[in-house]
Amino acid sequence: MLETKTAVEPTTAPTPFNLMQTLSRNRRFLFPVLALILILIGNRLISPTFFTIRVGPDGRLIGSLIDILNRGAPTVLLAIGMTLVIAAKGIDLSVGAVIAICGAVAAVLISTTTLPPLLVIAIAIGAGILCGLWNGILVALFDIQPIVATLILMVIGRGIAQLITEGQITTFSNESLEFVGTGLIGGFPFPIFLSVIVVALVWLLIRSTAIGMLIESVGANDRASFYAGIDATKIKLLVYIISGICAAITGLIITADIKGADANNAGLWKELDAILAVVIGGTALTGGRFYLIMSVVGALIIQSIQTGIYISGLPPTFNLIVQAVVILAILFLQSEDFRRLFTGAWAKLRRQS
Amino acid sequence: MGFRELMSDAAEKQTPVLQTSKLTKWFGPVRALYDVDFNLYAGEVHAVLGENGAGKSTLVKLITGVYRKDSGAILLEGQAIEPHSPHEAQAYGISTVYQEINLIPTLSVAENLFLGRQPMRMGFIKTGEINSRAKALLKTYNLDIDASHTLSAFSVAVQQIVAIARGVDMSAKVLILDEPTSSLDAHEVQLLFEIMRSLKARGISILLITHFLNQVYEISDRITVLRNGEKIGEYLAASLPKRELVSLMLGRELVSVTDEGNTNGKAAHQNERSFLQVEGIARRGMLEPLDLSVAKGEIVGLAGLLGSGRTETAKLIFGVEQKDIGTIYVKGQKTTIRSPRQAIGQGFGMCPEDRKIDGIIPELSVRENIILALQAKRGWFKTLSRKRQEEIAVEMIEAMRIVTPDSTKPVGQLSGGNQQKVILARWLASQPELLILDEPTRGIDVGAHAEIIQLIKRLCADGLALLVISSELAEIVEYSHRVVVLRDRKKLTELTGDDISEQMIMHTIAES
Amino acid sequence: MRSHKLFLSALLVLVLAFTSILFVAHAQDSSGAGLTIGFAQTGSESGWRTDFTNAMMSEAEAMGINLLFSDGQQKQENQIAALRSFIAQGVDAIILAPIVETGWDDVLQEAADAEIPVLIIDRGVTADPSLYITRVASDFVYEGRLAGAWLATATADRASCNVVELYGTVGSSPAIDRATGFADAIALFPQIQIIASQSGDFTRSGGKTVMESFLSSMDPSTICAVFAHNDDMLIGAIQAMEEAGITPAVDILTVSVDATNDELQMLIDGKANATVLLSPYMGGPAYQAIIDYLGGAELPPLIMVPSAMYFQDTAAAELANRTGG
Repeated sequence: MLETKTAVEPTTAPTPFNLMQTLSRNRRFLFPVLALILILIGNRLISPTFFTIRVGPDGRLIGSLIDILNRGAPTVLLAIGMTLVIAAKGIDLSVGAVIAICGAVAAVLISTTTLPPLLVIAIAIGAGILCGLWNGILVALFDIQPIVATLILMVIGRGIAQLITEGQITTFSNESLEFVGTGLIGGFPFPIFLSVIVVALVWLLIRSTAIGMLIESVGANDRASFYAGIDATKIKLLVYIISGICAAITGLIITADIKGADANNAGLWKELDAILAVVIGGTALTGGRFYLIMSVVGALIIQSIQTGIYISGLPPTFNLIVQAVVILAILFLQSEDFRRLFTGAWAKLRRQS
Repeated sequence: MGFRELMSDAAEKQTPVLQTSKLTKWFGPVRALYDVDFNLYAGEVHAVLGENGAGKSTLVKLITGVYRKDSGAILLEGQAIEPHSPHEAQAYGISTVYQEINLIPTLSVAENLFLGRQPMRMGFIKTGEINSRAKALLKTYNLDIDASHTLSAFSVAVQQIVAIARGVDMSAKVLILDEPTSSLDAHEVQLLFEIMRSLKARGISILLITHFLNQVYEISDRITVLRNGEKIGEYLAASLPKRELVSLMLGRELVSVTDEGNTNGKAAHQNERSFLQVEGIARRGMLEPLDLSVAKGEIVGLAGLLGSGRTETAKLIFGVEQKDIGTIYVKGQKTTIRSPRQAIGQGFGMCPEDRKIDGIIPELSVRENIILALQAKRGWFKTLSRKRQEEIAVEMIEAMRIVTPDSTKPVGQLSGGNQQKVILARWLASQPELLILDEPTRGIDVGAHAEIIQLIKRLCADGLALLVISSELAEIVEYSHRVVVLRDRKKLTELTGDDISEQMIMHTIAES
Repeated sequence: MRSHKLFLSALLVLVLAFTSILFVAHAQDSSGAGLTIGFAQTGSESGWRTDFTNAMMSEAEAMGINLLFSDGQQKQENQIAALRSFIAQGVDAIILAPIVETGWDDVLQEAADAEIPVLIIDRGVTADPSLYITRVASDFVYEGRLAGAWLATATADRASCNVVELYGTVGSSPAIDRATGFADAIALFPQIQIIASQSGDFTRSGGKTVMESFLSSMDPSTICAVFAHNDDMLIGAIQAMEEAGITPAVDILTVSVDATNDELQMLIDGKANATVLLSPYMGGPAYQAIIDYLGGAELPPLIMVPSAMYFQDTAAAELANRTGG
């Protein structure tokens, strides 16, 4: 919305620096960004070196901010696919399992065959496309409820991954494939570039074509979209395939990062992080309007909380509680009713004093 | 104002059951209701009329506690009340039945009637008892149905009566009916009116909101007219001529809508080559085999009661439903149409009957809703540029006089009439050759009503082929070149030329 | 003071060595030819679990036992079904590696009614102890103590040693017990301090992520050692150290638990210092206990499988032993 709504009047020439204007006009935009900034400041209070970035040996930039971007890349990627799926009134619970499958495919192929790494990567992404296609067919052609349809792959997907790896952590040593997870460009870890590229590509595909609007239309009112001649089947297939591709790339990153495919643990519960990122970003689970960039912000919020917990020195037993409390606070902040309650109470207090 | 602001002697003596005094409501900078005094007396039907945006629903929502007033007072039997929710209003004795019935379709009729106040035994609902009590209750409304069936299994009319029965049974003094007849056919409307009369006789006061002016005169005792959030006046229905009422609502003189006869060159298009030719299309349980043709520059009306097969005909032609047999020719070519998408490819467009469910995409902007069908036709990648989209939207907003601050407003926030115009605009933007309109004037105010009829005529003059369904016979008579009359899912006849009149249509439906 | 410390260290190393001997002694006992034993495994959720399964099979083979294997695929109902089928087949004994602790009473009673002895292996059950003959398990607390003891000896000559701990899955008994054992051991050595502890969920990527954030948020030169609750997390952490330009096992000492093949390779490559064996070789003691029981011997309620440790110089032999044999 913020993307499509910046130029309201056709006569008004868009000014280059209207960020603050956009911020004040669009509260949906404001609150996730505000939350992210607050969490980063909070992290800085916990750890004085939080904003420090030092240069490691091989020119690698080392610092918590880099960690957030690097470690957040998987969630960012998944959140992009998930945003589109949710916008089309669906949900994709299978992304965690797809991560495991694609990681397993890549690791097994690279360690047992002599296929060139690029081909291996292409095959792994192809596996992701197949997974997305499977979900899409169940949802769009067989009209199975998305939550049930993708639950099927969520459950059997990890089994498939275990079959591929024969229950072991399949390790490999291949510089090209490892580069996907640990490579450096200009000191920045490669996953950061990957997530930026995918965000940009999906953005272009969705917003410079009519696809974004058609997704929103199908998600907001599929009957009306049907009457308007929109091919909802193709739209749904597309969003699940994009989600599958995003999960495949995530699987490659996670697998390349540890130089091994861990069928049991790779991407475990990641689907929930992705859904949460989308919700924090302001896209409703009921479909319709979606906010791609805000989902990215949502993913970075989740990772910032995670990194904050790592450096906080709190015992690990507090992890989940801290995470839950912070996220609850953000969701409250986004709820207009809650804010009104709060501002109302504040106004009352001021009147009384 | 020199109008008859009449109060009957009887009314002047008693205090109103429900009264508002200088009731005012703002939405941000927008004045939704301003200084409105409204009086509802015991045992009367009081119609509140006005165009969309006049403040009718705001008034109702303030009375029923959906909104909070900014200033003024609401008095029930002389006592100031301040309901915070419809539930609280109900407790005061103010029940509301909305246009979109606020019952639970998947529960049984009986459960709906007693929801929240079920007779219980040891924590269990006494199902047998509520079923028999429900049956007895509905009998008093001349409704003999099995109350243990699911609500959604019954017609809208029955659902509406169930909603009224529930409201009244919970000790209502005031019953608010918001567009109760908009989904009912003529027979069902009469059924509802009988119920309203009997409730009146029991001393219950009814506040009625409706767009059907004829019905206002049939059932109402008193009329309050609102315009732009202000009260224009309060009148006895018997002494306010219809023409004057319409002028009051609009604030201007109205070009006669319904009294005009059919001035189109009837039968002029009879022999022209048809754009659309339909032969023997049928579907079991929906429609018996039916023939139909529409030429360019011609309006063909589909008349019949609700459920007569009008909408079904349109759906089969537009590919919403699949026909079992029959053939469709477009420009003489045999064509397969299995989905709206294919119909659009043939140059069709269709404004469906239920614009909320089948028409608007509420979250999307006016602009996006307008260009949607055109864009869908062009496909994913032949994107309309932002500039072109804006041009089309602005052009349509102006041409159709859509009331919206700008093209970015979500359509869900517009009034019903403007939503309907947006959907029309969507199809016009896709430049169809045949436009199917299913109830294009339902649930919209008089002003927009007249504009849409003008538009239909203009589109016809521009050479479009039009197939129009309407329950308002006067409307069909006014613009149709030919009228196809249906009853019981069957085409009865096709009227042309001087045969096209309300009497003839009604006669055809009643006889044969 | 210093001599006192050295004495303690020496004592701990002795304990360590002693258990290794014990282990070897046990493994050589045998002769159960002709027995048919049903083994209900949880599944194959980790590398260690697979090692455990393989060890159970090879030890059965070595002892001439006919082992019926059932993979529970992480589901208790599958395991219960497997037990019932073992009972129906009339096996001589059943070994159960329970996926969860509760809900076994009925099926254990069925086995007791059929007079088939059941031995619980690895995790425990809440059922009445009379329903099974004994439990064979590793001692997680002991593993933690061993790791702490090794670190104490390795850093005996340092003035201080700041340890970062890679915690297992929060709430799991191996994580809780290993943390407890490690803390108990290092409490004796005030120079060793845990300065940060975070959960890496027993996974490589978890270990890598947590280590990476430690290295980003603190000066790596202040970290003396890393203690990981399992090998997978440590392998992830080693990658994180290498990427940050730190030489693992030299700049930062490492100790972990499990002794998986991949970790042994790390030791051989000089990237890790020590790992405690979470023995997957529980089959030998378990089979022996069953043979003893059938022979009329009294069994203790719990049989601990002793641990061993592997270092850079002993890893190669063990790995060769495992992969070769």
